[in-house]
Amino acid sequence: MLDANPAYRQRPSRRMRDILYSESFRTAIYQIALAGAVGLLGLFLYQNVIENLQRQNIATGFGFLREISQFEIGETLIEYSSRDTYFRALVVGLLNTLKVSAAGIVLATLVGFCVGIARVSNNWLLQRIATGYVEIVRNIPVILQVIFWAAVIRNLPAPRQALDLWGTGFLSNRGLTVATPASDPAHLWMILAFVAGVALMVAGDRWAKRHREATGRHVDILWPGLALIVGLPLLVWLAFGAPHAISFPERKGFNFAGGSTVSPEFVALMTGISLYASGFIAEIVRAGIQATPKGQVEAARSIALRPRFIMRYVVLPQALRVIVPPLTSQYVSLIKNSSIAVVVGYPDLVNIGNTVMNQTGQAVEAIAVMMLVYLIVSLVTSTLMNLYNRLVAIKER
Amino acid sequence: MMMLNATRLSSLVGVVIGALIAHGAQANSGDTLAAVKARGEVLCGVHPARHGFASPDSQGKWSGFEVDFCHAVAAAIFGDATKVRFVALSSQQRFPAIQSGEVDVLARNVTATLGRDTALGLNFAPPIFYTGTGFLVRKDDGIAKVEDLNGAAICMAPGSTTERNVAQIFAARSMTYTPVVIENNKQLVDAYVTGRCDALTKDKAALPGVRAFDTEDPSAHVLLPGIYSKEPLAMAVRQGDDQWYDLIKWVTYATFDAEEMDVSQANVDEKKSSKDPDVQTLLGVIGDNGAKLGVDNAWAYNIIKQVGNYKDIYMRHFGPESPIALDRDKNTLWIQGGLLYGLPMQ
Repeated sequence: MLDANPAYRQRPSRRMRDILYSESFRTAIYQIALAGAVGLLGLFLYQNVIENLQRQNIATGFGFLREISQFEIGETLIEYSSRDTYFRALVVGLLNTLKVSAAGIVLATLVGFCVGIARVSNNWLLQRIATGYVEIVRNIPVILQVIFWAAVIRNLPAPRQALDLWGTGFLSNRGLTVATPASDPAHLWMILAFVAGVALMVAGDRWAKRHREATGRHVDILWPGLALIVGLPLLVWLAFGAPHAISFPERKGFNFAGGSTVSPEFVALMTGISLYASGFIAEIVRAGIQATPKGQVEAARSIALRPRFIMRYVVLPQALRVIVPPLTSQYVSLIKNSSIAVVVGYPDLVNIGNTVMNQTGQAVEAIAVMMLVYLIVSLVTSTLMNLYNRLVAIKER
Repeated sequence: MMMLNATRLSSLVGVVIGALIAHGAQANSGDTLAAVKARGEVLCGVHPARHGFASPDSQGKWSGFEVDFCHAVAAAIFGDATKVRFVALSSQQRFPAIQSGEVDVLARNVTATLGRDTALGLNFAPPIFYTGTGFLVRKDDGIAKVEDLNGAAICMAPGSTTERNVAQIFAARSMTYTPVVIENNKQLVDAYVTGRCDALTKDKAALPGVRAFDTEDPSAHVLLPGIYSKEPLAMAVRQGDDQWYDLIKWVTYATFDAEEMDVSQANVDEKKSSKDPDVQTLLGVIGDNGAKLGVDNAWAYNIIKQVGNYKDIYMRHFGPESPIALDRDKNTLWIQGGLLYGLPMQ
């Protein structure tokens, strides 16, 4: 009976047609074709650029990275002189980008969280001030804000008339120079002790959580934890004989000698980009807090949780779930915004990349390096934030 | 102007990639002149704002020493010095712009160096201005010579030869300094004027313009004596188009030769009836120099009549009556002890 069915006899060709007409097969074909076309376009652009550069006798390739840079850089985190290579110069620029971005992210987060919480405050004045702040910093282009801060700092007095900060430092148009502890081997060990303290606190927090889940009893580890973080470095400091030599800045020549100086360009750039981002972060924080259903807070109150615990164990975990993803994109855009350093003269990756590009004339390669580095830094930032997001997200059970 | 900086990176990417695709092939001999003639104007890359060399007035009309050399090129090709379109280029944009064919010629404070001649795929016409690294300082800082600048903060533009020269000048004297590198010219000058830096460094010829136009009290600033590097500024063209290179080169020489033969904007019509065969050759009365260069035989006459000889151009922008009075120094004819030596027009 089945064999007599004509459809059954045509099975092979029909199966072929089935494959051709199947949705998943067609989708795959389209995807492959599209990927191929994009790949070919990329290859064409690449070959076109290389061919034209060669035809015009313009140097190509990345060999220039090993040549001697022959220019100085104003601020460096690692040893650098004009006798180092272009590669090292670019690394100096990258580190400066990371430095200003890291400081900017910390400042933007602190200011953003404070302003965001103030935005939902019951205090009328505080709430209005926070709203006004957000509207101002969010709606003025970031480049103008950076130029504004640069102008403010440049109009501070010159080094000879610098504002004396009661013997601890000077504020002038050359930046902020403050007294710092004279370098000592103890400092490295104190930093390690600090890290150990933080690690112990995290471990303690885990233990407290397990203990609470097992016994229902809450152990507050906040104060013991803080004591560890402060106490361990302090102990190390005492163990090293409490070195207390301090390097005081003093006027010398054109500038100051001793102490540590934060350059005006760094301050202007960091302030500009982080205040700009803080406006957006404040709104993200506000949205996060308001996204927590009111019923959650009421339910927490009804089981007599203390207000501090309501914030810590009920509101914040739910708010963070809403806050972290958009916060990530703010961090990434802050890092990218740091590239307007060229306007005020902070030696970031783009500023140094510009010089390298102009001295070697290898614009395509220099731009490619800059783009790649920004891409990597942004992707790493996103990945870290996504990991953090997974930690704070409420686990569905 | 400020927003220009924000989009600098992306625009540069656009210039580099877009233009390489669009015009990359345009470098064979004869292509440039043919393209310029077909277009009806010369595209000349100039400095966005350097007083004396190139700056637009409030109506957008360009003037300056290098601007006049662009006019001279147009006068030679079209017999009409106004057939130029000026393209303002930052230090970073200038080389991609000439390489990609966005401009036909660069007259933009470009220092001729071996690296640029080779790795950048450029050809340099004879230098039209000899200068060097200079330093502008505040008078009441008591700085008399470059050796007094040890430990100073120094403002400079990125990507210029200046950046490298300053490093060498200080290294040679075992001195240190803090470079403050700012791209935007307004911000750069502002940083110096407000006291962020102890000195502003640029080509020495550019500093009197800064002092005259950008400082509140020009007399409170002084230029340090001496020139600390070689900065021969020359017009640049793409490699590969010899005819175009020849034309730019001889436009330059024509201004030198005219001064040497005492043919100026004021007397060029009288000189046309001169019996001197050299003058007759220059002005196209005899010979076929124009045909050899691919332009009208009165090319040099047009340059001198409409723009002037080297001295006319120099005095217009740096003469005693101009706001930036600059001593001609080495920018005089070889017979007067200078460096300008026009090759013979035979």
